[in-house]
Amino acid sequence: MERVFFYFIAVAIIVFAFMAVTNRNMMRSIIYLLFVLIGVSSIYFMIEYNFLGAVQLTVYAGGIIILYINSIMLIEKIGTPMEKVKTVRKVVAGIISVFGLALTLFAIYSYPFQTVKSGNVTTVSQIGQALLGYGNNGYVLPFEVISILLLAAMVGAIMIAKTEKK
Amino acid sequence: MILIPLIPLAVFLLLGIFFRRIKEPVSGYIGVAGLTIVSLISFYIAISYFLDFGLVNGEYQKIIVFRSTWIHFTDNLKIEMGILLDPLSAVMLIVVPLISWMVHIYSLGYMKGEGGFTRFYAFLSLFTFSMLGLVLSVNIFQIYIFWELVGVSSYSLIGFYYKKKSAVLAAKKAFIVTRFADLGFLIGLLILSYFAGTFDFLTLTNLDFIQTLNGQAVTFMGLSVITWALILIFMGGAGKSAMFPLHIWLPDAMEGPTPVSALIHAATMVVAGVFLVARLFPMFYFIEDGIALEVVAYVGAFTTLFAAVIALTQYDIKRVLAFSTMSQIGYMMLALGVSGYGEHEGLGYMASMFHLFTHAMFKALLFLGAGAIIHAVHSNFMQDMGGLRKHLPVTHITFLVAALAISGIPPFAGFFSKDEILAAAFEHNKLIWFTGFIVAGMTAFYMFRLYFRIFWWNDPEYKHKPHEAPKTMTVPLMILAFMAAFSGFIPFSDFVSTDYSPFHTHIEWGLAGASVGIGVLGILLAVLFYKKENDLSDRFARAFGIFYKWTFNKFYIDELYFFITKKIIFKNISAPFAWFDRHIVDGTMNGIGNSTVWISEKIKGLQSGRVQDYAMYFVSGATVISMILWFLLNN
Amino acid sequence: MQKQKKNRCIMINGVSIYEILTLTSIMFFIGVYGFFTRKNLIAMLVSVELILNSAAVNFVIINKYMFPGKLGGDIFSIFIIAVAAAETALALAIIINLYRLIMSVKTKDLETMKY
Repeated sequence: MERVFFYFIAVAIIVFAFMAVTNRNMMRSIIYLLFVLIGVSSIYFMIEYNFLGAVQLTVYAGGIIILYINSIMLIEKIGTPMEKVKTVRKVVAGIISVFGLALTLFAIYSYPFQTVKSGNVTTVSQIGQALLGYGNNGYVLPFEVISILLLAAMVGAIMIAKTEKK
Repeated sequence: MILIPLIPLAVFLLLGIFFRRIKEPVSGYIGVAGLTIVSLISFYIAISYFLDFGLVNGEYQKIIVFRSTWIHFTDNLKIEMGILLDPLSAVMLIVVPLISWMVHIYSLGYMKGEGGFTRFYAFLSLFTFSMLGLVLSVNIFQIYIFWELVGVSSYSLIGFYYKKKSAVLAAKKAFIVTRFADLGFLIGLLILSYFAGTFDFLTLTNLDFIQTLNGQAVTFMGLSVITWALILIFMGGAGKSAMFPLHIWLPDAMEGPTPVSALIHAATMVVAGVFLVARLFPMFYFIEDGIALEVVAYVGAFTTLFAAVIALTQYDIKRVLAFSTMSQIGYMMLALGVSGYGEHEGLGYMASMFHLFTHAMFKALLFLGAGAIIHAVHSNFMQDMGGLRKHLPVTHITFLVAALAISGIPPFAGFFSKDEILAAAFEHNKLIWFTGFIVAGMTAFYMFRLYFRIFWWNDPEYKHKPHEAPKTMTVPLMILAFMAAFSGFIPFSDFVSTDYSPFHTHIEWGLAGASVGIGVLGILLAVLFYKKENDLSDRFARAFGIFYKWTFNKFYIDELYFFITKKIIFKNISAPFAWFDRHIVDGTMNGIGNSTVWISEKIKGLQSGRVQDYAMYFVSGATVISMILWFLLNN
Repeated sequence: MQKQKKNRCIMINGVSIYEILTLTSIMFFIGVYGFFTRKNLIAMLVSVELILNSAAVNFVIINKYMFPGKLGGDIFSIFIIAVAAAETALALAIIINLYRLIMSVKTKDLETMKY
């Protein structure tokens, strides 16, 4: 049963992703991206990683997509369709991508992954304790680094985007 | 002794490099000083060779004064540079420096005020250096090198008035024609050295060596390959000595200044061909019973006649003298051609050298005299002259001496040398003798036609009174006149002979009388036609009609050459080659350059400034590298 | 102590790791293709989002399938999402600034660093 579900979601992801990168209308491309993100979060839910699924929906689907839509609205002439890409370029890019894909799949399928069946569910408290833990399994260092990164991003975004006072 | 060619070389370099700082007349004095030293040394060496140390056991020694190997191919085949002293080169050691010295002194007066005075003296010294190197050569290759050098000096001197188009054309013509002849020389030289295995003169003229060559089995079209080599070498000599049909450059070479004509085209360079044949004379005589020598004789005889006929009709006095030179050199070649080998048989050889010596004297004198006349009258043409004996006394007397000498009137020098030639010819080949005999008469006639027309005809209107030449010009004339008058008494057969031992000659009064007689006949005819102003000559010319026209136009040989080169060679051979060179050879080079530019234009599109393109290169590169690494690691 | 639910599989039933990894690879390369092909700066950012998402899914899946006791992949994918958000914000700031300068977001107008 879950298998069918998974395939359905997988196909949806792929189709929407493809349409996101080939559509000539900017708005539609972003909406397709939204659907892709929703699909990805449903995968997270399927493997019982509820926290990340929720974070994905909140941050990605809720925050970033809104950010995109806002900036598109700021840029005029966005309603007009983008110009067509030359076929040569599409073909060459397609070949490179397919080639890379083939290589990656080949690498994946020739490696014997040892999967372990287990029933551990990660709860939010586990995640929280891991994030701020500084013992063996503690990830407090990356946490601090990420917070500084976010601070820098915030400051940087404001610096870049503000207008000069005339 | 090695100073002899080196002093003129030093003068040439000095004047050539510093020609802006050294002006006339200092450069003239430098040139004359250098030549004086060279002449005195040469005379001393030559005379002491002949009278003092040369004669050993009744035979003249061939002394190698100096020899150094330049390129070493095998033990026998070496290109050496050296100085050879033997009777032949000793004779030339008197002729060349003497004439050159006289010309240097003469040019002080003649070239006064001309632009390029220093350049003139520089090239004169270069020429003297080349000619001396030529006559002192030890092997054929060294002669070839100096041969070319002489050609180059001649080119620079003929084209001295480089602003005049006709002079430039004449210089080019001289150089190209002699270069073409030198092609034959080079091929002959290479064949000869290949089959004989050596360049060296002493080996090549060794009789035993020649006999071994005669046994060579290689033939080409019926003649031994050595004979072909000799004929080709003679072709080179014929070009330089203006034999038919390679004579076309000599009349045009008169565009150069008159001292140049005297030095190069009368006395020294044009005898280089004769010198070459004389050097290789044993080979010419002994290889295959002297077939090559027959060629020499017939070419010489034909040229003599040909040139004398043309000289009868020319109006430009320098052209008359040029054709006269051609004719006299024909005599020299003819004499070599009819010569035998051995004591009295080698009369022709000795006579040829003797005539070379005396001819240098009186021909140089004639040219320098012509220069004085041209200097006085400012025109080259006989029609503008007349009655000059009153105005130019010294020139008149010396010119008369030279004219008598060339006509073979005793006791002047020309009589003795020409008589020996005719005697040798009479013993060998009656037809050639007869040709020479007729030409002696014609020589007298055209020479005295020139003399009377210039000095005796009626006085035309002169724009300004012609004045006698300055001392620097008349003194050489007098010295040369002295030599022309009295050098006939030198017992040449005591010095120069085919087998290097002296022999005795005597005058055959029968033959001598005949040649003197026909000479006097020619003079009398000239008196008739030209002493007093009359139109007898014009009536004769009209009577000859078409024949006169042909002769006056030098038998249209020049036009024939032009036709061949322009219509046939240029259009059909040179033009395709030029096209090939321009489009294919240059095209390939340009194509390589252009294609490089084209490729780089295409490649520069790779750096497009678009990040997406860079990302594409990046991803494809990463994919390829990981694929390679994976396969390498797996294996 | 957590109430241990009955032993359930964390893995998705019936789906092996290979298929999920295939899915993420395809998503990744679609993103790459989009990055090469798009002519609008914001559309290029969309492709970058795809790439980052596929990477995050990869981390979580491998963590869940091969190391169920550990948490490294889970935590890291949180970080990935954080970084992606920051990056998007900054990129959009730059694009808007650029738009103020040259009045265009086409990649064609940004070729000043070419030959």
